[in-house]
Amino acid sequence: MGATTHGNNATAARLAPQVVMSDKTSQASDKDALVRFEISDLNFYYGAKQAVFGLNLKIPKNRVTALIGPSGCGKSTFLRTLNRMNETIRNTRVVGQILLDGQDILQMDVVGLRRRVGMVFQRPNPFPKSIYENVAYGLRINGFQGRLDDLVEHSLRRAALWEEAKDYLHNSAFALSGGQQQRLCIARALAVDPEVLLLDEPCSALDPVTTAKIEELMFHLKDSCTMAIVTHNMQQAARASDFTAFMLDGKLIEHSETSKLFTTPTDPRTEAYITGRFG
Amino acid sequence: MSRMLLIWRKSLNVVMLTLTGVAAFGVVAVLFLILGYLVWNGGKSLNLDFFTQLPKPVGETGGGMANAIVGSLKLLLLAALMGLPVGLMAGVYLAEFGGKTFSYVIRYTTDLLNGVPSIVIGIFAYSLAVLPVRHFSAVAGGVALGIMVIPITVRSTEEFLRAVPGSLREGAMALGASKWRTIATVVLPAAKGGIITGVLLALARVAGETAPLLFTAFSNRFWSPGWGQPIASLPVMIYTYAIAPYDDWHRQAWAAGLVLLALVLVANIGTRVVLSRGGGGRST
Amino acid sequence: MSTSATTMDRAAPRRFDGGGPRAFLHRLGHGDEVAHVLTLTFAAGILLLTSGLVYELWVNSHLSRAKFGWLFFWTRTWDPIFDNFGAAPFIYGTLVTSIVSLVIAVPLGLAAAIFLSELAPRRMSDTISFLIDLLAAVPSVIYGLLGIFIVVPLMRTTVGPILIGSLGHVPVLGKFFKGPNYGVGFLTAGVVLAIMVVPFIISVSREVLLTVPREQREAALALGATRWEATWKVVVPWARTGILGSVFLALARALGETMAVTMVIGNDPKIAASLFAPGYTIAAVIANEFTEATGDLYLSALIELGLVLFLMTFILNGLARLLIVATERGGGHPS
Repeated sequence: MGATTHGNNATAARLAPQVVMSDKTSQASDKDALVRFEISDLNFYYGAKQAVFGLNLKIPKNRVTALIGPSGCGKSTFLRTLNRMNETIRNTRVVGQILLDGQDILQMDVVGLRRRVGMVFQRPNPFPKSIYENVAYGLRINGFQGRLDDLVEHSLRRAALWEEAKDYLHNSAFALSGGQQQRLCIARALAVDPEVLLLDEPCSALDPVTTAKIEELMFHLKDSCTMAIVTHNMQQAARASDFTAFMLDGKLIEHSETSKLFTTPTDPRTEAYITGRFG
Repeated sequence: MSRMLLIWRKSLNVVMLTLTGVAAFGVVAVLFLILGYLVWNGGKSLNLDFFTQLPKPVGETGGGMANAIVGSLKLLLLAALMGLPVGLMAGVYLAEFGGKTFSYVIRYTTDLLNGVPSIVIGIFAYSLAVLPVRHFSAVAGGVALGIMVIPITVRSTEEFLRAVPGSLREGAMALGASKWRTIATVVLPAAKGGIITGVLLALARVAGETAPLLFTAFSNRFWSPGWGQPIASLPVMIYTYAIAPYDDWHRQAWAAGLVLLALVLVANIGTRVVLSRGGGGRST
Repeated sequence: MSTSATTMDRAAPRRFDGGGPRAFLHRLGHGDEVAHVLTLTFAAGILLLTSGLVYELWVNSHLSRAKFGWLFFWTRTWDPIFDNFGAAPFIYGTLVTSIVSLVIAVPLGLAAAIFLSELAPRRMSDTISFLIDLLAAVPSVIYGLLGIFIVVPLMRTTVGPILIGSLGHVPVLGKFFKGPNYGVGFLTAGVVLAIMVVPFIISVSREVLLTVPREQREAALALGATRWEATWKVVVPWARTGILGSVFLALARALGETMAVTMVIGNDPKIAASLFAPGYTIAAVIANEFTEATGDLYLSALIELGLVLFLMTFILNGLARLLIVATERGGGHPS
């Protein structure tokens, strides 16, 4: 994330005519990062309407990848193919390949996949249960045998909610504030120890202070977790992510290190978007 | 001239708007009239004997309807056992699994069944449960009421399940819960209050049904042990006693009417108050 | 980057909605298909039950249908002793009592619905609607009870004589208000039915009226219409299809209503023009005679009456549903 890399990549980018193929960019930008998700030639359809077009992307391990783009550009749809949440929508179709640690997720058991790839949604969606039961939910349904209490505490600590919630564990989750509810949802997702955490505009319903808390949380979670975040907010992408992918009309326009994408975008459309000329 | 017209239009406005108010309050007044009359007449005739005694033989005064109260409860239990599983499961199907065409057919059929006159349901239950064994029974009455419970339960269950926000389903599925576990552990608990309300309203409605019992459960002036014999129920007793020529029976019909109405209204008011307070599981 | 096998694999679309046998078995592993099939079975049970109902009515009315054919609907005699059965008096009684009830209930219900949707403050409107819904929850046998002991005496001593004295002399209309007045009869049954169906008309009409867009009212008021004119000339016509739906719904209930009618109509299978004459309805004759129907043909004729009643309500409910759906989709306004 430093200024030094930025300088190097600026020259690299000038050499590359148009960076669409993600493998080129990510190889060029961060050789150390192992790849967690490898998406190739992904197309997605709602009925006859195509929402994602021939998308290629690598999501590196233990890094935060941000997906930005104007509303309706397909970034949320794309994110939801990564844990196959789109399957809950009728009449949808996916063509292409998504590898998670080299395994095709479309061939995987969907329940197992979703245990490994957690998700946090746009609006906090705690279950109408106690705080404790919310966090324990994923453990219970995955047949966890052992001391639930410890894991609940651990997960709440990871989500930086423990201090605020420890005295109210058995109260309804609805008693929490919006920001606390969202952190509870993160704790709930973390409880099953996912390898990847997908965040679908997790801060769009929250105030700036809470947003800052969640961004800080993401920074700490990087050690144990790979994250992909869809966001409307370019400042958030710039602050919180290591890599950024810009999507437009269902296509991936540009993908590179965050610092590079925001300072020296190679595609004129990316530049137009990040400078606020549309979207 | 145009001033006359204006006066005419304005008076028409006042008169007609007043009439609509009179109509609305008039209908509400009917409710209080019914209540008042039943409480007045029924209250006079209600005593402990009514709840504890069997009916006296024709010609003797006194006695009660203990057997009919127990009978109604037994019939409701049977109706619940037979109707609720079908209603609840079908409601879950429509809200959570249903496709387009088949669900439409089921919904339409459910509405159709809901609109079938109760006396016709009685004929159907008669041909299902009385004709084969050639005698009236509590079970036959339960079949009739159970069929009537189904459509009401289906629609209320579906409605309350649909009111559960989709984000809760997504939240559970994103944690690796399969669909049925999501339904069982998140969706159903969230809609629990509303579903129970719907069930209670359905039971309250069939509790007052008379016509389908006339030739299924029939009636009985004594206790009806077990489930295979004719059995008395409050609505049928009210009917029989009301059209009989004895003053003492009329008195008891009022008492029974008061008890039945109290049960039905308490169930209705109670559940609706709970619902309007937001305890119906429509939590966000 | 990848082998040819995976390329092929990639090209094959994966459908999420259906899935073929493999996907089916896969999901079976998590119990999803079990739950799906289980709930589907119960849902299909409703289909089976309803078709079973139609089948039983059809099969068990076979004797009567074979013997009387279409004549069943025109024959005016109902004679269990000589096994001669005609449905005409019952169909007549059912229609007359239902029409009387609508003549009373529609204006009353519509007026009340207008008050609740257009005039009453929201809180008051909700409270009154709640009370009116309670009225709909009162069991019909209780309406019958009140009918016998309140409406019948009132009709015999007060309302009947007044109507005979006034309307009885009006040409044409007069013949409906002549003849002996026993208190029981078509008019009494119609009045009791009106009280029973009015809550349905009010609650459905109110809902429909509330869906009329504000702009419609405001447009009329801005042109200088009075409140009543805006309501009657703009709001009600906009909602008329839905209101008609509520009337059909009410009619279907009135046709099928059994206990309250049985208790106040007099139970006499005659066709009489006078509304004060005792009559009989389909539902009432089934309620009264089903248990004592000794002969097979007798029972079969009663079941055929049940079939007729079923078909009448079936058609009306279907129409009502179509109309209400049409209005709620915003198609209720004049086209």
